Amino acid sequence: MDSWETVIGLEVHAELATKTKMFSSALNSFGGKPNSNTDPVSLGLPGSLPVLNEKAVELAIRVGLALNCEVQKSVFARKNYFYPDMPKAYQISQFDLPINKEGWLELSDGRRIGIERAHLEEDTGKITHVGGGGRIHEASYSLIDYNRSGVPLIEIVGAPDLRGPDEARDYVSELRSILVTIGASDGKMEEGSLRVDCNVSVRQKGDKELGTRCEIKNINSLRSLGRAIEYEAKRQIEIIESGQKIEQQTRHWDEAEGRTHKLRSKEEAFDYRYFPEPDLVPIEPSEEWVKEIADSLPPLPRDRRYLLAETIGVEPTETSLIVQRDLDGFALKAISFKANKKRVLVHLENNLADGTGELTPEAFASLTVMEMNGELTATQTKTVLAELVRAGGDPQEIAESHGFESMDNSELEEIVDRIILENSDDWVVFINGDETERKKKSGFFVGLIMKETRGQADGKMVNQILSDKAKN
Amino acid sequence: MEATEIAKKVLSGEMSARSVIEQHIEIINKIEPDVNAFNLVTAEQALIDADEIDSKIASGETLGPLAGVPISVKDNLCTRGIETTCSSKILEGWKPPYDATVIEKLREAGAIIMGKTNLDEFAMGSSTENSAFGPTRNPHNLERVPGGSSGGSAAAVAAGFSPLALGSDTGGSIRQPAALCGVVGVKPTYGRVSRYGLVAFASSLDQIGPFANTVSDAALTLEVISGHDPRDSTSIPEKPLDISGVLNQGIEGMRIGVIEELSGKGLGGISKDVISRVEEAIKVFSNAGADVESASVPASIYGLSAYYVIAPAEASSNLSRYDGIRFGPRTEAATTAETMTATRTKGFGDEVKRRIMLGTYALSAGYYDAYYGKSQRVRTLIMNDFAKAYEKFDILISPTSPTTAFPLGDKTEDPMQMYLQDVCTIPSNLTGHPAMSVPFGSGEDGMPVGIQILAPAMAEREMFQAAKILESESGKDIE
Amino acid sequence: MVQRISREEVAHVARLAQLALSEDELDAFTSQLAAVLDHAADLEALNVDDVEPSTHPFPLKNVLRVDEPGEDFNIDEVFEVAPKVEESQFRVPRILGES
Repeated sequence: MDSWETVIGLEVHAELATKTKMFSSALNSFGGKPNSNTDPVSLGLPGSLPVLNEKAVELAIRVGLALNCEVQKSVFARKNYFYPDMPKAYQISQFDLPINKEGWLELSDGRRIGIERAHLEEDTGKITHVGGGGRIHEASYSLIDYNRSGVPLIEIVGAPDLRGPDEARDYVSELRSILVTIGASDGKMEEGSLRVDCNVSVRQKGDKELGTRCEIKNINSLRSLGRAIEYEAKRQIEIIESGQKIEQQTRHWDEAEGRTHKLRSKEEAFDYRYFPEPDLVPIEPSEEWVKEIADSLPPLPRDRRYLLAETIGVEPTETSLIVQRDLDGFALKAISFKANKKRVLVHLENNLADGTGELTPEAFASLTVMEMNGELTATQTKTVLAELVRAGGDPQEIAESHGFESMDNSELEEIVDRIILENSDDWVVFINGDETERKKKSGFFVGLIMKETRGQADGKMVNQILSDKAKN
Repeated sequence: MEATEIAKKVLSGEMSARSVIEQHIEIINKIEPDVNAFNLVTAEQALIDADEIDSKIASGETLGPLAGVPISVKDNLCTRGIETTCSSKILEGWKPPYDATVIEKLREAGAIIMGKTNLDEFAMGSSTENSAFGPTRNPHNLERVPGGSSGGSAAAVAAGFSPLALGSDTGGSIRQPAALCGVVGVKPTYGRVSRYGLVAFASSLDQIGPFANTVSDAALTLEVISGHDPRDSTSIPEKPLDISGVLNQGIEGMRIGVIEELSGKGLGGISKDVISRVEEAIKVFSNAGADVESASVPASIYGLSAYYVIAPAEASSNLSRYDGIRFGPRTEAATTAETMTATRTKGFGDEVKRRIMLGTYALSAGYYDAYYGKSQRVRTLIMNDFAKAYEKFDILISPTSPTTAFPLGDKTEDPMQMYLQDVCTIPSNLTGHPAMSVPFGSGEDGMPVGIQILAPAMAEREMFQAAKILESESGKDIE
Repeated sequence: MVQRISREEVAHVARLAQLALSEDELDAFTSQLAAVLDHAADLEALNVDDVEPSTHPFPLKNVLRVDEPGEDFNIDEVFEVAPKVEESQFRVPRILGES
């Protein structure tokens, strides 16, 4: 198994957050009464004609720019196939000239994944299977609601650069986060506004050629994405190891069974008969428009990781969790109030996973300063922090109300001196011993002192005093 | 009576709109059973509309330039709540929930719709014999075809059912029946008239245009229906046309080219009497002070071949939506896919099936470049050659149709013979340029002949000025 | 001369177009389509490699619509003439296979 490498390329469809549909003024909203947000265009009635939504184009350009793509002159094409959810029996999409081409997305670990293209297309209607438990093959008939028909989609086609389920999930999270940040989509995978088709192939590590791929459809969550990839890679490896060849197929992920099954082979693939959509004219966004859109983009997750990392003085990979939690703005605010940068990072990562609640950046800043000054121990700081998140307030007052009066140094020194006296043999070993012995004894003394102070002493301070005394 | 005259009399109160409509209904009742120009006569509604016009006039309201004028519209134009069938069984009984833009514009102008006219199914044909509801006959001779695909509209005007009609022209479907029925027929510049609500045949070629008995009526109708429409992305953002104001300015000094390749020298099959009428037209233009010369548009001879790839390709896609799911009669089967196939198989006629298959083939994997791709490049060649010709000429002329109206059944067995009917008209659809047919004398069989006038994009005014000259001399002895 | 389109190709194309053809129809269509394609053969001799394809007769670009809702649309007018409607949806027989 270890000699195999899984190669993954993802095609992500995201519904664009427009008010109206891609090619008509019917509302881009579904879930209401079936077929209530339709019109002649979204029902594909004879004589109706598409007119392109400017906002959909703008959002597509936003996506392209955020994914470092080249925004280019593009044309729409018809993708012809019969299916009852597709009212015109063709989907208006983009084929050889997509609006965005050749970009990249950086994973949180800093690795760049290629984006081949990000193009505009329209969504289909929704089919409900009636009878047979709602399963397609057992249903007795079906009902079609075209409220979703004509909703604008952006299809983001990633390069086969991903190397395993974790990376694939990371890619989708990062992409989702970008789409949400720039206001292009609500990115809700469970609700279907973000859909992932997954191309999986396997090859021997070190091989340059790609293996034959299978496309997996019906992946509805990040969890299924990982499971489907694992299942599919295993299936393919078993086939190859048994001496057979992989057949290029489209496969369906069955969440309940935890497996993929064949939908159709390459030979049975649709002949889509793409040709330029004669009812629409080319889009050639002006340089000014593209620049205007670029200037209006908010900082992207990657930029935010880099900014926070630079401010704190760590690697961008260390700030990815905070950016993912959308807490980087809070961190920067706290730092602007002179918070201790490293403590900000530590607390946001470890102690503020559920959000900042009532905590203000100012209070957070003073808390980290108190902690660093030794006014509070690590444990006490956590207690005060939790209180601040719950109810807000002043860290100083909260600390006092808990009786967390930090020991003043002279008091602490007295205790240290007494303990040294009581354990003079150990003290000698601490001073003269080798590295290992020194470490061992250091722990011994800190433990005694903490016990003596009932944990009120600051560990760092204790170490400082001990090493000062050892030097003298 | 001319449309312009009817409107004048209705507006002045000299005639009521009701009496106009009643007169036309009478003619329809008498002759329509022989001609079969209509799929549906909306007489009742027309009378209601007429009364409304009359009461508006009585109360002093301002009305449009076509007030009280009867008009027949091709049955591939969507009319809200009124059956729109494209002369196909697959749309039988379908009532659109909206009006085409041209229908809205006609109503605003005060025109009264008399009915929906017959056509070759989905506008595919040149004789109106491919209608699921029976052929239309030529009012000049009931044994002859009226041409097509807008044969019903051409026949309606020729028979006096209405002074005006609308048709659609994808490869000659207005001009050729106009020529065969002896009326004026205009295909405007592509994008001049909104296609919103026109049931698509070949989207990059389709254009709506008027039929009329006179050039000035055709001009007025085109003025009414033209203009930018935000619902059609290919609509040209221009103000509506003003042709009437310049119609009688003459053609002194106009440079007119006679397209060699389409006037008998390049292509065979153009009959002698048609060629004679073209020669007479040249004299008429020269006599009126124009500078007439022979013009060469070499690539125009490839028009037919390119067209019979491009039009079916687009049609194959446009006609995919007729699957029996959302509208039209359904032939129910066990599964949805079988239902779609059964519905389409039963609903489409042979010519439509032929073109769907031809187009599907031309777009299918492995053949796209050889057929569709190549034809789109040839289309560019044709555009280039016309552009070159228009460096030397203001307008061009040719016959509209190679022959006069042929007998019913003459060409139904051999599709290719039927397709050759469009050889002179197709190039203007590929270039998107305006072109019109003006009746000009008749052939040896006594049937009308049409002269085609072609102009560069947006040059409808010059085209109409020449048409006006030709019209004034039609049927006279030309010296 | 070899026919430009075979009977099998016509059958394949009919399937793509969701049309069912009888054996007789297949024969007739095959020869008719071949005749049209024969006529189109005059294009083969043309060298158009350096010519750009034209998809539109009139060169427009960036025709865009403002993202604002339009007039209300009455779906009931569609349902009234639809083949089969149930609970405000279009009813179809069983669907086999996925898109």
